[in-house]
Amino acid sequence: MCDTCGCGDPNVVPVEVHARILSDNDRTAGHNREHFEEAGVLAINLMGSPGSGKTAVLEATARAAGGRLRLRAVSGDLATERDADRLNAAGVEAVAITTGSACHLDAALVHRALHGLDVRGTDLLFIENVGNLVCPAVYDLGQTANVVALSITEGEDKPLKYPVMFRKADLVLLTKVDLSPHLNVNLAALEHNLARVMPDPRFIRVSAQTGAGVEAWLDWLEARQPVRSGAEAAQPRH
Amino acid sequence: MHEYSIVSALIGQVEAEAARRHASRVHRLRVQIGELAGVELELLRTAYMTFRERTICEVAELDVELVEARWICPGCGCALARGSLLQCSECERPARLVQGDEIVLERIEMEVDDHV
Repeated sequence: MCDTCGCGDPNVVPVEVHARILSDNDRTAGHNREHFEEAGVLAINLMGSPGSGKTAVLEATARAAGGRLRLRAVSGDLATERDADRLNAAGVEAVAITTGSACHLDAALVHRALHGLDVRGTDLLFIENVGNLVCPAVYDLGQTANVVALSITEGEDKPLKYPVMFRKADLVLLTKVDLSPHLNVNLAALEHNLARVMPDPRFIRVSAQTGAGVEAWLDWLEARQPVRSGAEAAQPRH
Repeated sequence: MHEYSIVSALIGQVEAEAARRHASRVHRLRVQIGELAGVELELLRTAYMTFRERTICEVAELDVELVEARWICPGCGCALARGSLLQCSECERPARLVQGDEIVLERIEMEVDDHV
């Protein structure tokens, strides 16, 4: 009741919160990150449109790494385990995350999937996100770096249309470059558009078909691998 | 449509604050959404109207403040013009986003019992 005159108005108080709405997700992402750091694994959140070539790039990565690196993956899709099956066939031990109707992975989904995948002794862990150029950018998963696969068939203006995704990218893989002779696409214009939405624009032109650019991509990954201190032998924490 | 999952997290946060303060109703929420947060405001409002039913937010208004993106050079501190390359034209360093990616619950106006 109102203290001033006793009029019966409810006592409404303002409560200042100033908290990120996704703070629960951030906490779980922090937990995942500790996991990855303890295991000495480089965790890559691989995002991109449906059909941008995320799975094909990972298959090509496995072929090029040729047993030199231990690769594992969690692979998110609305339905089916096809991507995880393809990755397992390519030599990347992978588990599927089937999201149902969710258009993105969140930190809790990744955490649950990690229970089915031992990341100890892994060099590179790929978190293949749901194909989508919008929603996945909003959720921290605990990754070390964000990589966006953008196929040159998607057009030069995609970075300008989806600035949130590209702002978060540490690297953009321009995929399907072997199709360049058949397309009317200006790769220099595409790269210029990336520089308008990425503060530190980094990109590699790759082709999963011919293997072009895959070595440069592996070099980029290996340069970011954490230095191991023997902690990778530690038991996983939960 | 991640706006639904954001609203679900928002209402969970409000319920927890309200329980902590023994509030009986919530009248108003104020959130900040950055221009580069990746949140579509109309979808957020629609999701809120759907999800607030049968929660403590059932009659609570949602105020959304849109925060404009602002980039500065971390070296010389100068602001970058909207739509320009995200690199300082003077020292060529990558720009830093200083505001515009907020997804923040700022304030809750809630009705509390005098005697608690």
